[in-house]
Amino acid sequence: MKRIYSIIVENESGVLSRVANLFSARGYNIESLSVAPIDEEGLSRMTIVTEGNEQVLEQIGKQLNKLIDVIKVIQFGDEPFVEREMALIKMHTDRNTRAEVLRIVDIFRGKVVDVSHDSYTIEVTGDSTKIDAILSLLEPLGIKELARTGKVAMIREKKR
Amino acid sequence: MKLSGAEIFIESLKREGVKYLFGIPGGAVIDLHDALYKQDYIKFILTRHEQAAVHMADGYARATGKPGVALVTSGPGATNTITGLATAYMDSVPIVVFTGQVPTPLIGNDAFQEADIVGMSRPCTKYNFLVKDVNELTKTIKKAFYIATTGRPGPVLIDFPKDIQVAKAEFKYPETIHIRGYNPTYHGNPKQIKKVVKAIVNSKKPLLYVGGGAIISEAHKEIHTLAKKLQIPVFTTLMGIGAFPEDDELSLGMAGMHGTFRANMAVQYCDMLISIGARFDDRVTGKVSEFAPYAKVVHIDIDPTSISKNIEVDYPLVGDAKLVLQDMLPLFDEYSTVNWKEARKPWLDQINKWKNEHKLAYNKETEEIVPQYVIEKLAELTKSEDPIISTEVGQHQMWVAQFYTFKKPRRLLTSGGLGTMGYGFPAGIGAKFGFDNKQVYVIAGDGSFQMNVQELATIAAYNKPVKIIIMNNGYLGMVRQWQQLFYGRRYSNTVLDVQPDFVKLAESYGIKAHRIRKKDEVIDALEELVNYKKPYLLDVVIAREENVYPMVPAGASLDNMLLT
Repeated sequence: MKRIYSIIVENESGVLSRVANLFSARGYNIESLSVAPIDEEGLSRMTIVTEGNEQVLEQIGKQLNKLIDVIKVIQFGDEPFVEREMALIKMHTDRNTRAEVLRIVDIFRGKVVDVSHDSYTIEVTGDSTKIDAILSLLEPLGIKELARTGKVAMIREKKR
Repeated sequence: MKLSGAEIFIESLKREGVKYLFGIPGGAVIDLHDALYKQDYIKFILTRHEQAAVHMADGYARATGKPGVALVTSGPGATNTITGLATAYMDSVPIVVFTGQVPTPLIGNDAFQEADIVGMSRPCTKYNFLVKDVNELTKTIKKAFYIATTGRPGPVLIDFPKDIQVAKAEFKYPETIHIRGYNPTYHGNPKQIKKVVKAIVNSKKPLLYVGGGAIISEAHKEIHTLAKKLQIPVFTTLMGIGAFPEDDELSLGMAGMHGTFRANMAVQYCDMLISIGARFDDRVTGKVSEFAPYAKVVHIDIDPTSISKNIEVDYPLVGDAKLVLQDMLPLFDEYSTVNWKEARKPWLDQINKWKNEHKLAYNKETEEIVPQYVIEKLAELTKSEDPIISTEVGQHQMWVAQFYTFKKPRRLLTSGGLGTMGYGFPAGIGAKFGFDNKQVYVIAGDGSFQMNVQELATIAAYNKPVKIIIMNNGYLGMVRQWQQLFYGRRYSNTVLDVQPDFVKLAESYGIKAHRIRKKDEVIDALEELVNYKKPYLLDVVIAREENVYPMVPAGASLDNMLLT
């Protein structure tokens, strides 16, 4: 079972190591991790995707809460939430593939952010399945380099 | 007026009520030692190894309930503290360890005696700090003591660079501290407490399972009231020994791998297991899937991560053991018309039957000295003086747990979680600094005693009348026992065929010592040891292949005991 934890942490040295150690010391694996400061000063948000059975996931949640630098733990489960990921994809291009690559990028509402004689660098945002989908279409056309961010996520506000 | 970092350090420790610092000086803490030299409120206890210094702080903390403090230098001084930190972390002991560090501009440069102790100690401390600014020093120290002593206690390390020790700042010690990510739950959820009360009242065969958390929160009185009021039998873990008087008729002693027959049987047949400040360690549960198969489980613990970690719990209750029980006890008044003695009779009759089967026993017909006899006699001789007993780790540790009758909390110091050989002697010394008026007996094996034997110098130097009894069988006995029982008597690397002469060794430090080999020498020797006013070492040559029984083999269920 996959789970996303979004945690608010003190923006101090050693925090990432404490969180990472919590996983490694127990043999749990982090599938993806993204960290950036939030607008409240001194705080950061970490979004962690991990996998495990119910018992393991419950322990992870408790252990995260126990860390002194962790201020809030949000687990994404049953409630509706928005998740996004971004990818930068550098494509080999030539006369034959350029148009096809652009068509695919267009369909996925991606952007070309850098161009050279024989390459395009594409930026695309979406949930993981969308990123996976565009990658599978671009793959046969020649991906040169790929950088994916981890997931970030937020609970959807209740609709009236 | 501005003070130096070193002076701020001293003033802050005074505010925290610290009387003793255990440790060894070095280049990176020389300024702190200079400041210590100029005052006489805080006494520095010079040890012979940093590991022992941390164990001393630990023993001081376990015996007194107040935080123990150690001060060591950078690099090797710091890395030597790791075993002590891990020991304290596993047993939830409040200690604060200060390590010197190279000057901040040099950090990360592989400077002389530099070690990334903050990184290394992260997994074995509750929290740790690197002080980067002298203006943050008081706040850091305040936080360290607060974190170490509150919630589920544990070790905290402060890494203190040399340049910060000489930098100056205004001294203002914070009165209170708030850490936004740290809010331990002390009071149990009232609804859940009500549910638990109902479940306990409705059970037929309840059993109290008391761990080290009960001692830390000082819940022994409440546990006694609960047990007596509802006539619930009690067993403790190794760490919980002393939280319930072992001479009480409701006491079953310790359960687990080397627990009593009665306690282990009670676990396997109870219908309600009430755990207070225990964490279902594998040495207690045996085979988890067959642990307490008929029981509903209540788990009272201040640390939510302990709950449902090893076994599924029916009634989790997060909170401080003492406060939860204080909230719980009045709720039983509603049932005051119930005659609990009457209601509990079938269960207690069953327990009494178990009590009389397979009592803890040993061969009384020997000329050789059997260790259990020594411990039983020591217990008799020291009955009235209420001493502190500190043990190393191994067979002798289990014999103490089985054969010394503990009646009060904080009287047994032992490394339960990490099982650190070399813990007991320095921990006993630390306890002696906490209680000058109490006798401290260190019961050691010949193997583990040698792991911090250099501290004989410390008790000699400070003339601390710590009394040492070595159960000398010339083996790493507990491992040898496993090899005998489960590895076809192949005593691979457990024979200590070269030993120091412990008597001469002690005497070379100016400590009185004596050796006995025959059973009829035991009483006289113990009497001399008890009554001697200075440090004393008694080397007891015991029956070499005596084993600890009962024994639940690793991975077996609790009712699968080897009895002899």
